[in-house]
Amino acid sequence: MRNTVTIFQKEIKSYFASPIAYGLMAFFALISGYFFFAFTANFVERGIRMQMMGRGMPMDVNEWVIRPMLMNMSVVGLFVIPMITMRLFAEEKRLGTIELLATSPVRDLEIILGKWLAALVMYSAILALAGINTALLFLYGNPDWKPLLVGYLGLVLQGGTLLAIGAFISTTTRNQIIAGTATFAICLLLWVLDWASSYGTTSAAKVIAYLSVVTHFEPFAKGVIDSKDVIFYLSMIFFGLFLTSRSMESLRWRA
Amino acid sequence: MINVEGLTKRYARTIAVDNISFEVQKGQIVGFLGPNGAGKTTTMRVLTCFMPPTAGKASVAGFDVLEQPMEVKKRIGYLPELPPVYGDMEVIEYLRFVGRLKGIPKADLKRRVDEVIERCAVGEVRTRLISKLSKGYRQRVGLSQAIIHNPDVLILDEPTAGLDPKQIIETRSLIKSLAGDHTIILSTHILPEVEQTCEQVIIISRGKLVATDSVHNLTNRLRGSEAVAVEVEGRDGAVNSAVILQRLEKVPGVSRVLAKESRGQRHIFEIESLQGRAIRPDLARAVVESGWNLNELRPVAVSLEEIFLQLTASDEAATPAGGVKQ
Ligand SMILES: Nc1ncnc2c1ncn2[C@@H]1O[C@H](COP(=O)(O)OP(=O)(O)OP(=O)(O)O)[C@@H](O)[C@H]1O
Ligand SMILES: [Mg+2]
Repeated sequence: MRNTVTIFQKEIKSYFASPIAYGLMAFFALISGYFFFAFTANFVERGIRMQMMGRGMPMDVNEWVIRPMLMNMSVVGLFVIPMITMRLFAEEKRLGTIELLATSPVRDLEIILGKWLAALVMYSAILALAGINTALLFLYGNPDWKPLLVGYLGLVLQGGTLLAIGAFISTTTRNQIIAGTATFAICLLLWVLDWASSYGTTSAAKVIAYLSVVTHFEPFAKGVIDSKDVIFYLSMIFFGLFLTSRSMESLRWRA
Repeated sequence: MINVEGLTKRYARTIAVDNISFEVQKGQIVGFLGPNGAGKTTTMRVLTCFMPPTAGKASVAGFDVLEQPMEVKKRIGYLPELPPVYGDMEVIEYLRFVGRLKGIPKADLKRRVDEVIERCAVGEVRTRLISKLSKGYRQRVGLSQAIIHNPDVLILDEPTAGLDPKQIIETRSLIKSLAGDHTIILSTHILPEVEQTCEQVIIISRGKLVATDSVHNLTNRLRGSEAVAVEVEGRDGAVNSAVILQRLEKVPGVSRVLAKESRGQRHIFEIESLQGRAIRPDLARAVVESGWNLNELRPVAVSLEEIFLQLTASDEAATPAGGVKQ
């Protein structure tokens, strides 16, 4: 436990010591700021149009702004995650510091957990910063905050899954660029698997669609926590971290 | 303290270490000597539990590297070939990190960090980013890292590589000062380093153990004959170098005399004895009785360099008689 904290702290410090963290935060905040602006403008415009047509029906901010915002953030996350995970192990291998970690009285699992948690906190910080926009909605409107929290929970779970996969990929190379590119490719793949469901209803298509990380996010964006989706993410996280630990072990055999 | 038995490590294609066995006693400094690619780093990586052996056994402080790696890891400090440092950390921050990683209790951490900073003379750069340090300082930070938890066993992979002569001397004396309470294995291809720092030497070449013995014994055993340098000066008037040479050759036990150089009245010779003969007393007497001045008479050490070349020469025939192979 203490070792996990030690590794975690080191990773967090290292993220915030590099300009990449701030770059990612700015990038993400900017993009989600743009989406926020677009969705809100669209929402307001529709509202005005509806009123002019004499149908003064109250519109739902959650449905028109928050939900599409969350969906978009989950996709933009696919681009950000490889940047967060690519250095996790690849850099230690390149610097040779992996020899320090692997010869210290620390279990592999403690190292992996520390690194993964740091990546998750980093990702959450990026999400949180981007979420400041939504605070404006609370200033000027009265949206339901529960679906927003659920949505954020979904983003964190989805992030955790992809970060675990990214961590695994980072153990397989000493080149950060390769790790980042491969992770991005896998993230993209897991995203587009969703499309498989639209091409068929065979059981194979269903299984493939089931693996899509985005499919499982949609209910969260709607403010619904389905235990099925939570279990999916948690087991994917477990699987990703398991692969990471196997990979670290086999590194020792091959080294 | 360290026990290696039939250790073999195979990579995909190469056998890096081939069935080597040795033992290191507590408190010793052992030099691990071998040419490039001999398998030094590989052996050290097995001892530090970085990678498991393909076959054979290795244990540190009585704990097997495969069965109880955590116990082994607690007891070793390891300086890999490349100092395992993070460029984006300050020296002191890095040492605190390693200290926590090695399981130093919180209450002792500050004291231990201050101690190694003092001991490895990195106080000057304690708040400097490691990426901004010179190679020598980085190596010292690496060494501090290895000793921070006061381990029983220190494993140092080429600790003086890339240092300037002054730093090499400092590092060697630092390592020497660590002996006694620590058992130390250091690898190197620099022979004088072994002669100066180590008590025991293990020579490997192409993954095979070539010799293991004390430095003293090894030099002696292989030095079948004694070599002596003498400087003779004519007392009054000129003396011909050839005359002296003839006289020296007549001394019992001398096998060969070589005239090295002559400077005016001073003549320098290198003399080899027959196997196992002490010739220095007779030489001295012969020179003085002939009425010359004996300015200098000193043994010329057969350097480990020669031994090393002999032992690691690729053909087996080069292994000297008397066999140091174990
Ligand atoms: N990761 C690896 N994969 C495959 N082969 C390796 C690996 N590391 C080392 N080797 C091979 O194993 C042999 C021993 O290498 P090792 O690094 O142990 O030698 P060394 O004695 O430390 O040499 P040097 O003095 O150059 O540091 C070499 O033939 C090397 O090519
Ligand atoms: Mg080496």
